[in-house]
Amino acid sequence: MKKYPILTEKQLDAIDEVLQQKLIKAGVRNVMLIDMAGNTISKQDNGQFKIDTLSFAALAAGNFAAVEAMAKLVGESEFALLFHRGETASVHFSKIDQNFLLITMFQKDISLGIIRLKVTDTIDALNKIIYN
Amino acid sequence: MAFINIKTKSVQVKIVYYGPGRGGKTANLEYIYQKYRSSITTEMVSLKTHDDRTLFFDFLPFDVGKIKGYDVSIQLYTVPGQVKYNATRKLVLKGVDGIVFVADAMVEQRKSNIESLNQLRENLESYNLNINTIPLVMQYNKYDLKDAGVPLLSPQIMQQDLNSQLRVPAFAASALAGGNVVATLKKIISLTLSSIQDQIF
Repeated sequence: MKKYPILTEKQLDAIDEVLQQKLIKAGVRNVMLIDMAGNTISKQDNGQFKIDTLSFAALAAGNFAAVEAMAKLVGESEFALLFHRGETASVHFSKIDQNFLLITMFQKDISLGIIRLKVTDTIDALNKIIYN
Repeated sequence: MAFINIKTKSVQVKIVYYGPGRGGKTANLEYIYQKYRSSITTEMVSLKTHDDRTLFFDFLPFDVGKIKGYDVSIQLYTVPGQVKYNATRKLVLKGVDGIVFVADAMVEQRKSNIESLNQLRENLESYNLNINTIPLVMQYNKYDLKDAGVPLLSPQIMQQDLNSQLRVPAFAASALAGGNVVATLKKIISLTLSSIQDQIF
């Protein structure tokens, strides 16, 4: 199991930058990097959409933990990906590792396929920043 | 271990209200939310069943000012108290910094209190945490029921049952009426912050 890392200010800046460049610029309206206890490491948005990120992170971590417990019950080690679709807004959850979760909120003008591609790319970049 | 962001200069502290079902954990948070509503900027989040039992957790965050230049935010959580929800209780304890054990002073709940405390010990162990060293405050709740003639355990018996070895600060309280709710909260915040200060600063 990867140890929970201590991130420097430089790493945190790099994380903000990656989320902005790879997701917000691609049309995502809100993205959060949180840990599994519900703490927010980075939150970026397109400036037009503000939510209560503190509560959202706590709920997202709880939600993900519950889904993970369900996975174990059916003999899976994890369900690394979660997707909630709403009428106009959707939320995509992707597990980075045992420590972190990437949450991407987007509207229907952007397809799930694009989000998945961008998220995979973002997670590669985040892993390099966090663990190198 | 508290979560510290060196970039935003903030510290997030997680305090969990733990205890047997229908003991008053949610009532504690609701009282705090009502009392300090004007200075709490976010809504209290409650995940409950249709008959008002906590299903997953309640969540109430608020700021308490600065320590050594860091903004300190306290996040209060409750766990679901019902016996069947231990898997969920364990999830909520992840990353906990301080615990309030809300025990039910009604005579008929004596066994549930002890069982719940034992389970807390086990659940903490699964995260490599020790009940003897983590900041912990006991709250013996429901003393407002004395006037209604409900048989209650005396605070001395509660101490004997739950706190004879732990020897942590304890309060006789009434979560519904607000008696000693704030005193409990202040105590756990000060214990938790001083433990964090010892670890970090």
